[in-house]
Amino acid sequence: MAHPSTYQPRSGAEKWLDERLPVARLMHDQFMTFPTPRNLNYWWTFGGILTFILVAQIVTGVVLAMHYIPAEDRAFDSIEHIMRDVNWGWLLRYSHAVGASMFFLAAYIHTFRGLYYGSYKAPREVLWILGVLILLLMIATAFMGYSLPWGQMSFWAVTVITNLFSSLDAIVPGLGTTLVQWIWGGFAVGGPTLNRLYSLHYLFPFIIAGVVVLHIWALHVPGNNNPAGIEVKSPKETVPFHPYYSIKDGFALLMFLLLFGVFLFFAPNLLGHADNYIPANPLQTPPHIVPEWYFLPFYAILRAVPDKLLGVIALVSSIVVLFFVPWLDTSKVRSTSYRPVYRWFFWAFVVTCIALGYLGSQAPEGWYLFFGRVFTIYYFAFFLVVMPVVGKFERPRRLPGSITEAVLGHAEQPRSRKREAVA
Amino acid sequence: MASHETPLDPVLDDDEMSRRDVILIAAGGFTAIGTAAALWPLLDQMNPDASALSLATTDVDLAPIEVGQAVTVVWRGKPIFIRHRTPEEIEQANATPLDDLIDPLARNVNLPDDAPATDENRAAPEREPWLIMIGICTHLGCIPQGQAPGQYKGEYGGWFCPCHGSQYDTAGRVRIGPAPENMYIPPYAFTSDTKIRIG
Ligand code: HEM
Ligand code: FES
Repeated sequence: MAHPSTYQPRSGAEKWLDERLPVARLMHDQFMTFPTPRNLNYWWTFGGILTFILVAQIVTGVVLAMHYIPAEDRAFDSIEHIMRDVNWGWLLRYSHAVGASMFFLAAYIHTFRGLYYGSYKAPREVLWILGVLILLLMIATAFMGYSLPWGQMSFWAVTVITNLFSSLDAIVPGLGTTLVQWIWGGFAVGGPTLNRLYSLHYLFPFIIAGVVVLHIWALHVPGNNNPAGIEVKSPKETVPFHPYYSIKDGFALLMFLLLFGVFLFFAPNLLGHADNYIPANPLQTPPHIVPEWYFLPFYAILRAVPDKLLGVIALVSSIVVLFFVPWLDTSKVRSTSYRPVYRWFFWAFVVTCIALGYLGSQAPEGWYLFFGRVFTIYYFAFFLVVMPVVGKFERPRRLPGSITEAVLGHAEQPRSRKREAVA
Repeated sequence: MASHETPLDPVLDDDEMSRRDVILIAAGGFTAIGTAAALWPLLDQMNPDASALSLATTDVDLAPIEVGQAVTVVWRGKPIFIRHRTPEEIEQANATPLDDLIDPLARNVNLPDDAPATDENRAAPEREPWLIMIGICTHLGCIPQGQAPGQYKGEYGGWFCPCHGSQYDTAGRVRIGPAPENMYIPPYAFTSDTKIRIG
C-alpha cells in the first residue's frame, strides 16, 4: 500500500547513503512500518515461510554443489560420498531434499489460502499471476533437482517427463522427436542430459528469487488482502508490519521448522522413493515409477486421459488454468467465508486435489482409474464451471462493514465507552 | 528523474514517414537478425553432439539366439529388442486383422513411411522369425517387459509396459494404449547370413 515514508536517517552516514541509494528507506518503509490489515490469520504466515525455505534451499544447494559431480558415471557415487564422507553432508543433503518437500507443502497451503480468500481478485491479479509463475518455476526446479542423484527414479522420471514433449509429434510429425533430442543432447537420456539439468537447476532458484521480488512488489502496491476480503478503510484498521507481523510470522516459521525437523531428523527418506538408491539403469524400467508426492495430483491427471497428446494437454492445463482464475471467478465477494454455496465446492476441490494425489501413487487400473477420471473432471469443472456460474447465482452473506467490525463483531467505539463495557 | 519533464523531440514526434523512421526500422531489423544469429549457437549447442552421432552403429551376431529366445542390445543408448519368434507367435501376429490395430503403420524406417503394419513389414526381410525393434514404449519412453523369461508379456503375448500399462503384440504393435504408436524398427541390414548391423 502506498504510504508516506516515515524513514528518518539517524546518522550522517545513513543520511549520506539515503541521498544516493535509499535502500535503508526502502526496507524501513516496506518491511518495518508497512501498514498491514490488523485481522490477518495464520494462513498469512506462509509467505514468510516460503521466503525462508527459498533462501535455505539456495544455501544448502550451493554447498552441495561444492561436492556433487554432475557426470553420468559419478553422480550417484558423489551423492553417497556426500552422505558418508563429507562433514555434515548427510544433514545438508537431507535438508535440501526434505526442504524441497516442505517448499511445496508451504506453496500449496499458500495457494489454497489465496483461492479461499479470493486474493486473486482485482486489484491483485498480477500478484496472483506472479505466484502461479513461481509455482511453475518451482516445479521445473524440483524436477531438475530430483534428476541429480541419478538413481533409478531420477532417470526414469527424466525419461517420462521429457518424453511428454514427444506428444507434439501428433501435431507436427517429427517436431516432438526433434525437440526431445534437443533436450536430451542425444538419442536417449544420458550424460549430456544430466549436465544441462544440473546447470539449470543451479540457475532457476535465482530466477525464482527475482520473481519473488516482483511478487512482493505487486503485493505492496495494493497491500494485503485479509480474511474478511474487504478493503482497508482507514489507517486504524492496519498495524505496522514490524513488530506485529514479524513476530507472528516468526512464530509460525518456528512451528513450521518443527515439522521440518521431524521429517529431517526422524524420517528423512519417508517422502522419497527407495528405488532412487539404486543407480540409474537405462536398460531397465522399475516396475512402479512414481513421481515425488508433490507431483502426484498432476500425474494422476496425466494418466486419467487415455490419449497421449490429450493427457499432456490436461497435465499442462491443470496448472495453466490457475493463471485465469482472476477472470474465471465472477463473484463480487472475495472471501469464501461469506459465500455459502461456493464454500462447499471449494472444500470439494481441496478433497479432489488430495484424492488425486493418492490416486497418482496407485496403478492406473480398475477403480483407481475410474476415480482418477471422476476427480480429474471435477478438478477442471471447479475452475471452468463452478467459478463462473456459482459467482453469478449465489447470494453472499452480508459482509462486515469494516475490518474493525469483522474483528470485534461491531464498529469501533470511543475509548471511554469501551473501558466501561469491559468493567 | 521523474520530476524533470523531458520535452518531446519535435522531429520524433512527427507522424509522417521520415528518414528517421527508415533508420529506426533498419536498426531494429538488423538488431533482430543479429540477436537471432547470436542465439542460434546458444540453442544448437544442446543438440546431440559429434560424439553422440559417432556412436551410430552396433553389430550383432544372431547365431546363438535360439527360437523363443530374446536378447537386448544397445544402439545409440537405446535398448534394441531382438526376438527369435516361435511359429505360434508369427502365426498369431499374422492372424491379426489390420483393422484391429491402434496404429496401422509399420513404423519401419527401412520401408516407405506409409507401409502398413503387417507382420511381414515389421519382421526382418525374408527372415520372418526375427523381430528387431527399438525397445522403447512409444507413450513416454519406458522399457516394456517381456524380454526376460518369466516376465509378464501382456494379453497379446508380446510386451507389457509397466509405466502406464501399454501392451504390445508379438510383432511389437501396440494393442492397448495409452501408447499411440507401434514400437519403432531401427535402420538395420544383414551383413551376413546371421549378422546384422544396426544404424
Ligand atoms: C528453488 C529451490 C530448490 C529446490 C526446490 C530444489 C530441489 C531439489 C531436489 C528435489 C533435489 C533432489 C534431492 C534428492 O533426492 O537428493 C535437489 C538436489 C540438488 N540440488 Fe537443489 N533445489 C533448489 C535449489 C538449489 C540451488 C540454488 C542449488 C545450487 C547449486 C541446488 C543444488 C542441488 C544439488 C547439487 C543437488 C544434488 C544433491 C542431492 O541430490 O541432494 N539446489 N534439489
Ligand atoms: S511409457 Fe509405456 S505406457 Fe507410458
